[in-house]
Order: sequence, then structure tokens, then C-alpha cells
Amino acid sequence: MAKDMTINLRIWRQKSPEAPGKLVDYTVSNASEHMSFLELLDVLNEQLIASEDDPVEFDSDCREGICGSCGVMVAGIAHGPQQRTAVCQLHMRSFEDGDTITVEPFRARAFPIVRDLVVDRSAFDRIIAAHGYVSVKTGSAPDANAIPISKDAAEEAMDFAACIGCGACVAACPNGSASLFTAAKIEHLALLPQGQVEASQRAVAMVDQMEAEGFGDCSNYAECEAVCPKGISVSGIASMRRAYMKGVFSK
Amino acid sequence: MSRPDVTLVSALMSPVGRKVLTGVTGIGLVAFVIVHMIGNLSYLSPDPQAYNVYAHKLMSLGWLLYTVEIGLALCFLLHAVVGVSIQVRRRRARPVGYKAYKSSGSPSRSGYSARSMIFTGIILLGFLILHLNSFKFGPGEAEGYTAMLQSGEEVRDLRRLMTEKFREPLYAFGYPVVMVLLGMHMRHGVWSALQSLGMMSRRLSPYIYAFAALLGALVAIGFLVVPLYIYFSA
Repeated sequence: MAKDMTINLRIWRQKSPEAPGKLVDYTVSNASEHMSFLELLDVLNEQLIASEDDPVEFDSDCREGICGSCGVMVAGIAHGPQQRTAVCQLHMRSFEDGDTITVEPFRARAFPIVRDLVVDRSAFDRIIAAHGYVSVKTGSAPDANAIPISKDAAEEAMDFAACIGCGACVAACPNGSASLFTAAKIEHLALLPQGQVEASQRAVAMVDQMEAEGFGDCSNYAECEAVCPKGISVSGIASMRRAYMKGVFSK
Repeated sequence: MSRPDVTLVSALMSPVGRKVLTGVTGIGLVAFVIVHMIGNLSYLSPDPQAYNVYAHKLMSLGWLLYTVEIGLALCFLLHAVVGVSIQVRRRRARPVGYKAYKSSGSPSRSGYSARSMIFTGIILLGFLILHLNSFKFGPGEAEGYTAMLQSGEEVRDLRRLMTEKFREPLYAFGYPVVMVLLGMHMRHGVWSALQSLGMMSRRLSPYIYAFAALLGALVAIGFLVVPLYIYFSA
């Protein structure tokens, strides 16, 4: 049995979208290094419920790093200090006994706070709705190797398809840009034959929607790639730009 | 789904277009800075008139020079306007900032150079104005700054002006500091321009990033050796 850890938390508490919020200090003295960060929040919430306080609201679902529901700023970094994991897969062994950890919601104008650490990421859904799909019915999964696709293209498409839409890229971006998310959702289709046909019009529609949602401009900081739980490469943003500019010249 | 209506203008106003504009104008400015830097190095040539010959040849290009100058002025203007507008949007995109924020580290390119682009950019713009005032629009033949070339031609003695200016500590040390900032601006800017123009792949990226750092450093060193040489050889 691992020794208990004491973790001090400074958590953003905000009752409603309009209410002013503030950081509130809590201490969890019976944390274990084997807990995930979300389990630590669960333990804190049990403490809060026992003392008849409001529990800290946060999003989570699969808790195995594939659904994209969870996501908070942990110690100033989206999904916390361990790269390539969502916050549900971040374990307390990444921290020291006695650490003070600041926990804040993902912040962007396009991600309004619902309550505490919960933000509304439906701006992402609207970017997908703008053209994050293939317009024609492509049928059910084709026979393996019926459509020749190179191994490299298949791998790269899969890498972009790994985007779970958690919003860490926006949260970490100093400019609040959604370029990495949008690029991933464009590229995973553009690299495959079914998606290639509409590649440039898809890029135009989705980038324009990204702009309409009020996300910031990309300054090529590549901070998004560093915090992405799936390690999606900013090279997708370069490809998205090529596809967008092609939309101007190919009518 | 109907095809969205894109024109060149609407595309250039889009988030992608703003980056393309910044990148294209940035590349134009980098080309200028490299040519300027190489030109300056002619000061160090054993031929004492080499610098004046170079400056005179440049001035005698006539309309070609004016065309390039107008192009450069447009590049500076667009580059600055778009750069500032990106900064303004940044505020709008995240009205409430973080209490705690830090970079996650590599593969993030969000280092000192990247985070200070707006500041180094504004300093470079201010520097450009002072610099044009000191040299391009500084004292010329009318004020007695005349040199005789071997061909017997009388030209503006820019070498003398440069020598006098860089004997002053403010110029001799102020210029190199700004040139280091220019190198930093280029370090992020060169990689950023290529990424903005879509000329980047996962394989190329680390090399381009290293190349940008090298180019930034070379340009900064190329520029700052001349003022330091003039000051310390006095």
C-alpha cells in the first residue's frame, strides 16, 4: 500500500456562466500516487459533499483517454505536466507529496464556462457541422485493400483521426486558436480518397466557421502539439493552409 | 453542400490568409535584411571605397530601386498591420486569462523568440524609423559628405557617416542590441513563415526550425560586427 500524499489544490470555482469566479484552496490529505488526477477530484468532492459544500464540477466520461470529455488546466498546462495524456490518464505519481496545484478551466471566448471547470465546447461541433464530413454516401467499410491507399497515407490519416476534440489545443494556445483541432478534422479526411474530392471546400468552410466562433489567430507557437493528448502534429495546420488557398484558385 | 464562395480578397482576410500575408511579407523582409547585411559587410573590405561604391551602385539603379523600395514599404506596412491585428484578436479570443500558465515544452516552439514577436516587431519598427533618419535621410553631399571614387566620380560619403555614427557608444552598442532582437524575430519568423505558407511537413519541420535559428543568428552577427568593429578600431 502506497503512502498517502497530501495535495493542495487551488481550484477555479464559478457558480454560473455570468457569476464571477475565483480560485479556492482545498487540501486532500489521503491521495494516493496511483490515483488519476480526476480520481483526486472525486476524493475532494466526497470530502466537499460530506461537509455539505458544493462539489467541484468537471467533465469526464471514459477515463481512459479516448473520449475527449475531460480537460482542465493543471499547474498551468492543459491536461497537466505529462505529455500525450488526457487529464484522466495523468496520475498523482507525476506530483510530489505536499505540492500545490492550480486547476483552472480551459479558457477561450469560444468556450464559455458553464460552471467551475466545465466549459461549453459546442463551438467544435459547429466547426465539424460546417463540413467535417464527406458529402456523398461512401457505403459501409470497403473490403480491405479494395481501394489502394499507401501505408504512409493511411498512417497519417489515422494520426489526425486520433483527435478526440478535447480542446486542449485551444486552451494552451497563447492566442486561443483552434487551428490544430480544425486541421486534424480536415486532414484525416483529405488524406483518403473518399475525402480528397472536397478537400479544399471543406478547408474553407471549416476555417471560416472557426473564425466565426471567435477563436484567435495561429502564431505557429506549436504549444497545441505539445499539450495534445494524441500528439497531433502542427504539420496538419500547414496542409490545411495549402488546402484553403487552393480553394481560391480551383473553382 | 454548395461550394463556399471564396475570392482572393476573402481568403486573404481569413485566419489562413492573414498568416499567408504575414509569411509572404516576412520573406520579402528577410530577403531585404540579408542583402542589406551583405552590403554592410563591404565596409570591412580592404578597399576603403568599397562601401561607397556599393551604395552608389545601389542608388544608380533608379526606378528599379524605387520599385523595390515601394515593395518593401508595403511589406513592412502589411506585416505590421496584420501582426498587430493578430495581437488584438488574441485579447478578444481569451478575455479572461489564466492565473497559472506555462509552456508544456518541446515540441512546443513557444520560446522567448516566439512569445516576444510583437515586442521585437514594435522595437524593429521604431528602430527602422530612427535608422532611416540617421542614414538614408541623413547628411549627404549637400552637407559635405562627399567621397571621390577611383573613377573620379564624386559620390555621397556614406562610409564617413557610418564611421562617425558608430564611434558614438549609443549607436555602437544600441545597434547590436536591436540586431540581436532582429535575430530572435527571424528565429521564430522564418519557421513560422514557411509553416504559414504550408511548406512544412513532419519530416522537414525540425530542420527548418534549426535553419531559422541559424539564419537569425547569422544575420544578427553579420549586422553587429560592423558597428562593433568601427567602435573598437577607433
